[in-house]
Amino acid sequence: MRSDQFSGLMLLLLALYLGWQNRAYPVGSLQEPGPGYMPLLLAVFLGATGLLIALWGGKSKPLAAIRWSGAMRALVIMVASAVGAFALEHIGYRITVIALLIFFLGVIERRRPLPVLLVSFGFGLISFYVVGDLLHVPLPRSPWGF
Amino acid sequence: MLETFNNLLLGFSVALSPSVLVYAFVGCIIGTLVGMMPGLGPLAGISLLLPATFGLNPIIAIVLLSGVYYGAMYGGSTTSILMRIPGEAASVMTCVDGYAMTQNGRAGPALAIAAIGSFIAGTAGVVGLMLLAPTLAEFALRFGPPEYTALLMMGLFILAYMSGGSMLKTLAMAGLGLMLGMIGIDAMSGYTRFSFDLVELGDGVGIVPVAVGLFGISEILLTAGQDAAPKVQNPKLHDLIPSREEFRLSVGPIARGSLLGFMIGIIPGSAHIISSFVSYGIERRMSKHPERFGKGAIEGVAGPESANNAAASGAFVPMMALGIPTSPVTAVMIAAIMVHGISPGPLLISQQPELFWGFVASMYVGNVVLLVLNLPMVGLFVNLLRIPYAYLYPCILAFCILGTYSVSNSMIDVWIMLIMGGIGYVLRKFDYDLAPVALGLVLSPMLELSLRQSLAMSAGDYGIFLERPIATTMLGLGVLLFLLSIKPLIFKSKDWRSKVGLDEVEG
Repeated sequence: MRSDQFSGLMLLLLALYLGWQNRAYPVGSLQEPGPGYMPLLLAVFLGATGLLIALWGGKSKPLAAIRWSGAMRALVIMVASAVGAFALEHIGYRITVIALLIFFLGVIERRRPLPVLLVSFGFGLISFYVVGDLLHVPLPRSPWGF
Repeated sequence: MLETFNNLLLGFSVALSPSVLVYAFVGCIIGTLVGMMPGLGPLAGISLLLPATFGLNPIIAIVLLSGVYYGAMYGGSTTSILMRIPGEAASVMTCVDGYAMTQNGRAGPALAIAAIGSFIAGTAGVVGLMLLAPTLAEFALRFGPPEYTALLMMGLFILAYMSGGSMLKTLAMAGLGLMLGMIGIDAMSGYTRFSFDLVELGDGVGIVPVAVGLFGISEILLTAGQDAAPKVQNPKLHDLIPSREEFRLSVGPIARGSLLGFMIGIIPGSAHIISSFVSYGIERRMSKHPERFGKGAIEGVAGPESANNAAASGAFVPMMALGIPTSPVTAVMIAAIMVHGISPGPLLISQQPELFWGFVASMYVGNVVLLVLNLPMVGLFVNLLRIPYAYLYPCILAFCILGTYSVSNSMIDVWIMLIMGGIGYVLRKFDYDLAPVALGLVLSPMLELSLRQSLAMSAGDYGIFLERPIATTMLGLGVLLFLLSIKPLIFKSKDWRSKVGLDEVEG
C-alpha cells in the first residue's frame, strides 16, 4: 500500500465517523440550513478529498518507506507531557515543570546530573517568576502554596 | 495623500513613545531568537507570548507580537545560512544557496544581503499596507453577509490554487480545519456540536492550542532525536560587507521578491512560505546562469528572504482592513486584539486610527531595529545555536504547555495542544501541509454564520450571491482559480509550480 492511499483512506474513515456523529443535529434544508448542515457538508467534502487522495495516490511513496525510527521517543515525550499536563493543576506549575525537565533531561536524554538539576530548577523557577510574578499570569500553585 | 501623511505622523507619535519603542525592540529580539530556534516558528512564538500581552494596552500588544513575527522572519535566515537548519519554514529556500555561500567562505555577505533584503522588502511591504489597507477597508464597508461568504469562499479557492504541495491534500487539510471549527455552540441555533459532553468545548476549539500543537509540538516530536550541537560559524562584523558584484546581483531579486511577496502575502495560505519558494523558482528561471543556483548564488538568498518578509507585511492587509486572517499567524494576532475588546475589520482604521497607524509606524521602526541591531549582534545570537537540542526542546515543550495553559487557564487547551501535536506529527510524516488546518479552524465559524445569514436575508434563495456584483465577482474569480487548479489533475498539464521551477526546487 502507498502512503497517500493509506492517509486518504484514514481521512475517509474520519469523515464517515463525523458524518455518523452529525446525526444528532438537525440538518434542515438547502434553503434553511440547520446546525447539522455545514458539518455534514464538510464531512462529505473531507470524505471526497480523502477518497481522491487515495485514488490518485498510486504513485506516492510506499507506506513502508515512511521512517518511524523516532516514533518511540515521540510517544514517550507525548505521554510524559500528558502526565505533566495532568499534574499541572494538582501539584502546581513549578514542581510539575521541574519534574518534567528532570525526566526529559535525566531519563530520556541521559545528561549529567548537575546540568540537569541546574536547567530544571533554573527554568522552572525563573519562568514562574517572569510569567507568573512579573507578567501576572495566574499559574497553578501546589496545595502547599509553592 | 496628505491625509495619509498626517495619519502616519499620528502613527509615529504613538510608535516613537518610549514604551512602544521598548516593546517593538523586545518583540524584534524575541522574534529573532524564536526564528533561529528549530521548533519555535513565528506562530508558536506569538502564541506563547499571547498571554503576556493581556495586561498590556492593545497598541503595545500588537506592536510586540508583530515585532516577534517579522523578527522571526529575519532570525530564520541566520540558521539557514550558517547551519543549513531553517529556523522556520519560510527559510527553507535560503538554506540552499545561503549555506553553500557559507561553505564558500561568504557567510557574512549572505547574512548581510538577507538582512538588507529583509529590510527593504519589509519597508516596501509597510508602504503597501499603509496605502492599500485604508482603501480596502473603505471598500469593505459595502460588504454584507453575502459578500463575506463570497470572500471567504474565494479565500479557500485561492488557498487550493496557491498550495505549495498537493492541491488535494491542501483541500483535505482545509476541510479538517473547517470541521474543527464546527466544534462548540452553533451561534444561530444554540446547539452544542461535537463537544463529547465536555463543557469546555462549548466555546469551540481555540486557535492557540491548535497552532502550538500543530506547529510547535509536532516539530519537537520530529526533531527531538537530534544529538550534539552542530558546528556554528561565527562571522565577524568586517566580514559582513558584500562585494560590489554581490550587491549588483541582489538588486533585481530584492525588488522582485518584495513585490511578489507582498502580493502573495495578501492571499490566504502559508504565504510567507510559498512566496520564498516562488521567488527562488523565478530567480532561477530568470538567471542567465541557472547552474550557479544551489552552489552559492546570492540571488537565491536575496529573493526568498525579501519575499518572505514582504509577505509578512502583506498578510496584515486583509487582517486589518477586513478582519479576516489569511494565515495562522494573523489569526492568533486577531485573537490578541480581540482580547482587548477591539474587532479588526473595516471600521478599525476609522475608529481606532492611533492603533492602526501606530502599528504601521512601529513596523517601520521595527525594520530599522532589526537591521541595525541584528547584523552587529549576529555573533551573539549564534551562541544560542551552540546549546544542544537535548537541552532546548524540553524547555520549549515546557513553554508550549505554559503558554497554552495561560491563554484561558484551561487544562482542556493543554490536552487539545498535545492531541494536535500528535496529529500534526503523523500528518507531517505523510507530507500534509498543516497551515490550512489552522486557517480553516478560524474561517469556519465566519463562513457558516455569513452563509446562513445570507440565506436568511434572501429567504433561502441562493440567487442572492449572483444578484450582488461584489459577491458575484469574488465567487466567479474563486471558481475560475479553482478550475485552473484542478486542470493539471485532469489534463496532466503543467501548473504554476512547474512554470516557476518549483517542482524541481522541491525535488
